[in-house]
Amino acid sequence: MRIVHPMPDESTATPVRAPLVTVDRLTVDMPLGRSGSSVRIVDGVDFTIGVGERVALVGESGSGKSLTARALMRLDRLAKLSGRVDFDGIDLLKLSDRDMGKLRGSSIAMVFQDPMSFLDPLMTIGDQVAETLRIRGIGKAEARKRALAVLDELGVDRAAERLDAYPHEFSGGMRQRVVLAMALVGEPRLLIADEPTTALDVRVQDQVLDLLDDVSTRRGLAVLFITHDLGVVAGFAERVMVMYSGRIVEDGDVASVFAKPNHPYTQGLIKAVPRIDQDLNTLYAIPGAPPPPLARPSGCPFHPRCDQRFDRCGKDLPALLPVGLSRVACHLLDGKGA
Amino acid sequence: MLMSIDSISKSYNAFPNPPAKVLHDVTLNVDTGEAIGLVGESGSGKSTIAKCMLALIKPEEGAITYDGIDVIHAKGEDLRRFRREVQMVFQDPYGSLNPRMTVEELIGEGILIHKLEPTAAARRARVAEMMEMVGLNPNDMDRYTRSFSGGQRQRIAIARALVIRPRILVCDEPVAALDVSVQAQVINLLQDMQKKLNLAIVFVAHDLAVVRHLCEKIVVLHKGKVVEQGTREQIFDKPQMPYTQSLLAAVPVPDPVVGRARRAARRLETAN
Repeated sequence: MRIVHPMPDESTATPVRAPLVTVDRLTVDMPLGRSGSSVRIVDGVDFTIGVGERVALVGESGSGKSLTARALMRLDRLAKLSGRVDFDGIDLLKLSDRDMGKLRGSSIAMVFQDPMSFLDPLMTIGDQVAETLRIRGIGKAEARKRALAVLDELGVDRAAERLDAYPHEFSGGMRQRVVLAMALVGEPRLLIADEPTTALDVRVQDQVLDLLDDVSTRRGLAVLFITHDLGVVAGFAERVMVMYSGRIVEDGDVASVFAKPNHPYTQGLIKAVPRIDQDLNTLYAIPGAPPPPLARPSGCPFHPRCDQRFDRCGKDLPALLPVGLSRVACHLLDGKGA
Repeated sequence: MLMSIDSISKSYNAFPNPPAKVLHDVTLNVDTGEAIGLVGESGSGKSTIAKCMLALIKPEEGAITYDGIDVIHAKGEDLRRFRREVQMVFQDPYGSLNPRMTVEELIGEGILIHKLEPTAAARRARVAEMMEMVGLNPNDMDRYTRSFSGGQRQRIAIARALVIRPRILVCDEPVAALDVSVQAQVINLLQDMQKKLNLAIVFVAHDLAVVRHLCEKIVVLHKGKVVEQGTREQIFDKPQMPYTQSLLAAVPVPDPVVGRARRAARRLETAN
C-alpha cells in the first residue's frame, strides 16, 4: 500500500478554534537547593490551546515540557512563575491560592504517568472519584452517582459493584481509567495528561488513547498531552508543539509537522525513531545530548547538535516566528515566514 | 548453534500464595552473530529468560547449553569461560554503574577479573581502544560517571561488557531509559558492534519498532510461553498468531496518515 501524504494548506487545515488557554512569555524558575539561586527551566513559551483542541507537547527529559504543563495548574509551590496564563479570560498566575484551588479539578484537571502512586491504596475507588465533588460541597449520594456515571463512561466493567473496591484490585489499565475518571468527574474544560500511557503495555495504551479520543470528542474537552512518543502524537493529537531546552522550537498541526518538519531538531527526531510498519536501513542519530539547563549554549540551544548550523546560530537566539501554518524558531527560516 | 534453551520452566515463590510459574516450557536458540529479540508485555517472562541465559537464576526444569557447557550446572573453568563469553547490559545506566569507580576502572574491571592483560599499561590501552570503539573520548578515562549523560553512560556499560570480547551480549531494555534523540545512537552502536565483532545480541524489549529495526529473529512471549518465533519478515509481515497480530496492531506509528488509518481499521475490527 502506498500512502500519499496530502500537503496541508489553508483549505485542509483544522479550523481555528476560540482560544481556551493563552500562554504568554511563561517562564518557570526552580530554586537550586537552599543557595537562593535558581535555574530557568522554562524560558519564555507562548502558545494557545483552543476549545476542545488536542495538543501534544513533545520534548526530551529536561526540556521543560512537564514544568510548563504543571505551571498551568500552579502545582509546584517552589517554582517561580512569570508571564501570563490566560484561562477563559482569567490570568491564572494572578489568582489567589484559594481561587486557584477552586479551578483545579473543575476547570483544569491533570492525570499523571503512574496511576498507582496517584491513587490512595486505603480509599475505595468510588470515594476517590467522588472526592473532587465532595470537596465542592456536593452531597454524598449525588457525588457517588456522578462517580459511577464517569466510570461507566470510561468503560470500567461492572462499575456499580466496583465502586467499593480498592486500587490493588484493578489492573494497570483499569487504574489509569480510574485516574481519568477522577480528573473528569468535575467536568473540566482542559485535561492535562502528563505521559499518561508511558507506563502501560502497548495494547492497554491503545485502549486508553481510544478512550481519551472519545471522551475529548464527546465532551468538547481540550487535552494537553505531554509525551516523548512521536507515534502517540501522530495518532492522537491535532497539533504538536516541540520543546527543546526550555523553549518551543516548532508548533504546527500534526499533518504538516510530520509531512514537512521545519526545525532541524524536529526533523532529526522524526528520522531517529524506528518504525513498526517499515524497514529502515540506518537510523539517523542526532549527535550529542540535550544541554542541562544550567549550561545552555549561547544562541540557539540546539546549534551544537545541529547539522545545518551556520555562524549566526551560535550568536542569536532565534524567535518563534510563523512559517506557513506553523511557528518555527530557526534562523534557517528567517524571512521565509508568512 | 551457540546457545540453546531447551524447554525451561521457572517459578517464583509468592508466599503465602502458591509459587507463580513465570516460564512454561520455553525453547529457543541463539546462533553466532545473530540479533534475537525477546518481546512481550510486562509479565511475559522476557526478563526472566534473559536472567536464565546469564545464569543469574536457574530454571527448575529444562536445560541451557552454551557452546558445550551445561550452563545450569557449570562450575570452575567452564563457568568462568561462560561468564566471560556471555555479557550483559541493563536498562538503567544510572543504577548499573558504580558511581565511585572511574570510567577506566569500570571498563577495565572485566580484564582484571579474567586476567586478560598482564600489565596496568596494557589494560589501560585496551580500555582506551574500547572507548574509542563505542564513541567515547579516551581522555575521559579518569572521570566518574556522574559527569556523563544517559547515552554516554550506556556507551560505558556497552564498552564494559564488550571489552572482554564476549560472544553473546544480553541487553535488557538498553534504550528504554534514554531520550528519543539519544536512543538512535545506542541502537546504531549495538548494530555496529554486532557486525564488527560477529556478536550475538539478545535484545529484550517492549518497544516492537526498535526490535524490528535491530533483530533478525524474534520471539514473541505471552504469560511465560513462547507464542510465536520466526524471522523479522515472518513476525512483522505475516504474523500467524492472533496475539502477535493484536500486539503489532497496537503499536503507534509516527506518521499521522498511516497511524490514523491503522487505528481506524483496528477499531472497526473490534467493533465487528
